[in-house]
Amino acid sequence: MFEPVLLRNVDVPNGHLLSTYEAGGGYQALTKALREHTPDEIIDLVKKSNLRGRGGAGFPTGAKWSFVPKRAGKPKYLCCNADEGEPGTFKDRIIMERDPHQLIEGMAISAYAIGAETAYVYIRGEYTLAICRLERAIAEAHAKGYLGTRILGSNFSFVVHIHCGAGAYICGEETAMLDSLEGKRAQPRLKPPFPAVEGLYASPTVINNVETLACVPHIVERGPDWFRGIGPDKSPGPKLYCLSGQVRKPGLYELPMGIPLRELVEDCAGGPLPGRKLKAVIPGGVSAPLIPERGLDVRMDFDSLAAAGSMLGSAGVIVIDDSTCVVKVATRIIEFFHHESCGKCTPCREGLNWVVKVLRRVEAGQGAPGDLEQLEALCKGIFGNTFCALGDGAAMGLRAALAHFEHEFVAHIEERRCPFH
Amino acid sequence: MTMREKIEEAAARYPDQRSAIMPALLIAQREHGHLPGPLLEEVADILGVERIWVYELATFYTLFHTEPVGMFHLQLCDNVSCMLCRSEDLLRHLEEVLGIKNGGTTPDGLFTLSTVECLGACEMAPVMQVGDDYHGDLDITRIDALLDRLRAAAEQVTGPDLTAAALAGE
Repeated sequence: MFEPVLLRNVDVPNGHLLSTYEAGGGYQALTKALREHTPDEIIDLVKKSNLRGRGGAGFPTGAKWSFVPKRAGKPKYLCCNADEGEPGTFKDRIIMERDPHQLIEGMAISAYAIGAETAYVYIRGEYTLAICRLERAIAEAHAKGYLGTRILGSNFSFVVHIHCGAGAYICGEETAMLDSLEGKRAQPRLKPPFPAVEGLYASPTVINNVETLACVPHIVERGPDWFRGIGPDKSPGPKLYCLSGQVRKPGLYELPMGIPLRELVEDCAGGPLPGRKLKAVIPGGVSAPLIPERGLDVRMDFDSLAAAGSMLGSAGVIVIDDSTCVVKVATRIIEFFHHESCGKCTPCREGLNWVVKVLRRVEAGQGAPGDLEQLEALCKGIFGNTFCALGDGAAMGLRAALAHFEHEFVAHIEERRCPFH
Repeated sequence: MTMREKIEEAAARYPDQRSAIMPALLIAQREHGHLPGPLLEEVADILGVERIWVYELATFYTLFHTEPVGMFHLQLCDNVSCMLCRSEDLLRHLEEVLGIKNGGTTPDGLFTLSTVECLGACEMAPVMQVGDDYHGDLDITRIDALLDRLRAAAEQVTGPDLTAAALAGE
């Protein structure tokens, strides 16, 4: 039986308070890290755990940390990516609202490992309750000596600041987030240099997602072997899955990495609504290509989903049933990417504008023969040609909808109406 | 604290004043409801940064409003998860009962209605943010009850933001 660790406090009354967190063993991992391990040993533990970034890209966390130069001659920064804008995703909000100390402890250990004395939590401005709770938790942690100068009698000093976003999906892209933190319009940067070498204020910077950082105390406390023992060896650990859409029991579920998507949707989330059948599932936020019902036996980990032509992304699992028009879903997804395109590069800014126009007319029953070829030509012009992954995500999502549900697009054009309305 | 003091306190968190523009705009907007040109200039002057830097942020990020918004900004999510849970019906209903279109403000200045991108609360779709608060698992009955509560609250309190007080009491 799998025992939840990341969500163990979320349903505990007053789980957001320090006293509750401490009563459950909180901050013991930080104490252990500072007293028993050097920073390099912490990096090694995380490397051995095979923890991969939970924000979407799945980059190995220990490797990312090890890219930070040991002697930089500049301050180093830790940034927590709490912008959580990927549609279908709400896991980080729930951690911050209900168990903010888990994140703070993870940040303190991570900062110790990379040698950072300052962290910024870039949290989306809409998350007011999470911001309030995190602010309060930071103050509590300071008062108790888990943050501040010479933490727990060690030589390690560390402070955490909150930086509120103001509504821009692109800030989830790590270099756009850094520009935003520097007070600029959020636009991605050309890499290299990578943030680990030249990030915030041109200083070495590590950017990790909330859930990634929340895994760190558990790895320190229980050891990397425990972590690797959960789910597939190359992509292990406990994982938060956000279930939403046309499903009986939407919500946040913690289960091992690598659980079959079908089990997640049908068993955990109760399957489709009464009288409905599953049609497709978006497994990792709208950037992840949808998977038709027949493909639901795929396992929910980075490698299995990549092999199936989709991606784990943020594990925002959106369930679509047979009452829903895929053209409408695809249109809404591309409208989102078009709205959130930062405007920096032409293929994304202009290409998505064009795609939206074609999709809207197809959905409205005014599509023309050749529109599907036009859409594919546009995808080709966008995919691989954009500054960041936003354009790629849009093109991949649309291509999957076209590949698996071409008949629905064709029906719209031939019948000159949406068959679902 | 005055707005200037709040902004200066926020600015102390950063080694570079330019980083404080975003927090300063959030503070200014919370105080004034929206961000007219002279307020943007005041923010620039308090921080000692280029005015254009302030303008470019105020017009890039969607949470900043350079035009006035109603006392209650009804921000209805219509991204995929909410759309699948029929947020469109709620939009039509809100447009009908408020007598405004998406993006509009009621003549009494009470409500502005906007559809927004994913609010990150898909487990309670369809969801709408009003001020600082999220309202989830919405249907037409709940929307109507919410509008009634907001109208009643408007008679008690004035100012652009009511919910901060509720949160501060936590």
